[in-house]
Amino acid sequence: MIAIIDYGVGNLFSLSSSFKKIGAEVMITSNPEDIKNADKLVLPGVGAFGDAAEKLRNSGLDKLIIEEANKGKKLLGICLGMQLLFDKSFEYGEHNGLGLISGNVIPMENNIPKNLKIPHIGWNALKFHNASPLFKYINEGDCVYFVHSFYADNCEDALIASSEYGKQITAAVAKDNVFGCQFHPEKSGNIGLNILKAFCELGD
Amino acid sequence: MITKRIIPCLDVKDGRVVKGVNFKNLNDVSSPVELGKFYSDCGADELVFYDITASSDGRQLFTDILKEVASNIFIPLTVGGGINTIEDFDRVLKCGADKVSVNSGAIKNPNLISEAAKKYGNQCVVISADVKRVDGEFRVFAKGGREDTGIEAISWIRKCVELGAGEVVVNSIDTDGVKKGFDIEMLKAVCEAVNVPVIASGGAGSKQDFVKLFKEIPDIDAGLAASIFHFGEVEIADLKKTLKENNIIVRS
Repeated sequence: MIAIIDYGVGNLFSLSSSFKKIGAEVMITSNPEDIKNADKLVLPGVGAFGDAAEKLRNSGLDKLIIEEANKGKKLLGICLGMQLLFDKSFEYGEHNGLGLISGNVIPMENNIPKNLKIPHIGWNALKFHNASPLFKYINEGDCVYFVHSFYADNCEDALIASSEYGKQITAAVAKDNVFGCQFHPEKSGNIGLNILKAFCELGD
Repeated sequence: MITKRIIPCLDVKDGRVVKGVNFKNLNDVSSPVELGKFYSDCGADELVFYDITASSDGRQLFTDILKEVASNIFIPLTVGGGINTIEDFDRVLKCGADKVSVNSGAIKNPNLISEAAKKYGNQCVVISADVKRVDGEFRVFAKGGREDTGIEAISWIRKCVELGAGEVVVNSIDTDGVKKGFDIEMLKAVCEAVNVPVIASGGAGSKQDFVKLFKEIPDIDAGLAASIFHFGEVEIADLKKTLKENNIIVRS
């Protein structure tokens, strides 16, 4: 069973549909017991980092996610959910993340060429870095769908894929059992479904 | 780099796709789910569903069908038509839409844009404008292009972006249906005025019209069309091949 963690941020309909599409058993839950019993965890998220981090803390889910990840449970953060895996974000202030992957989340503004539009919205190609089982069904150059204005920086050790948007933008990260995608696999057609499938198949 | 997007637009009435769709291999040519799948498999980068239903019963059918579409198609979905309140945003987002396009609803109440952007994020709010030349200026039209609002279009679109719209669809009434190409002059004016993605609509009649669009306006993000895709006059896979041959970056 895969648990999509519901902490009141964003719409989880498409995400849960995409797991069902590939035949995975999935539940949307905020119940600590469900999260403890799940084989794998997915941390979604849209919106502002500060808000989301606060919601995780207020519900106590932050500690539980860290605990489960430290036990070796496979965890996939998506979009803002990926950003939350990092130490810190500088989105409107300074906020602590879960600290499961080292690095910071910084704004695109003033860090990418001025002529580029922010947010980075649309389909962009993946460049592979460290090899990852997450990509076993896809190829370098495949396009995935992004929507974001902030990006993870200073995370070379965990970098498994990037995209080019005026500069190298972190697209996916992995450290041991913890994975993250800045893009939306649930909106990236077959490529995205194949990434989710690879995540579902990761051994424990 | 980010790819240029090709977006088919489907009009839905009482839960069924209307306006002549003509595909041989589909069992049900007016099923939003089947057509959505078809376009998704052909390489469409995004789908726009436009609800032209007038009745509230029909609206419920639309939301039901939208849910079914979103459970089966895993590319971005934009929904428009009849979006007048924040509850309308909520209604379609809950069914799996990623973006919501507002037109007349924003003209009646521009604060709808800021309210929605605050609640769901700018990326979720698309301003769609029907624009026509009147007395030497670009004018915004309401009610499906039937009513001249008297509002100057470029300043209107700029205002919508300032209020929080994260994307702009510009539909030129002057070129719509003529099939002689997009309205390059109008689209250029909009691209110069705003710094969010701009989607061109109205006038596509051939693959070359898309090539011309992306060549002449490097800042334009996407081309949207309806009938030429529905009638198979332009096939998306073939269009993308042509764009690629012309060094325009697209998703294959």
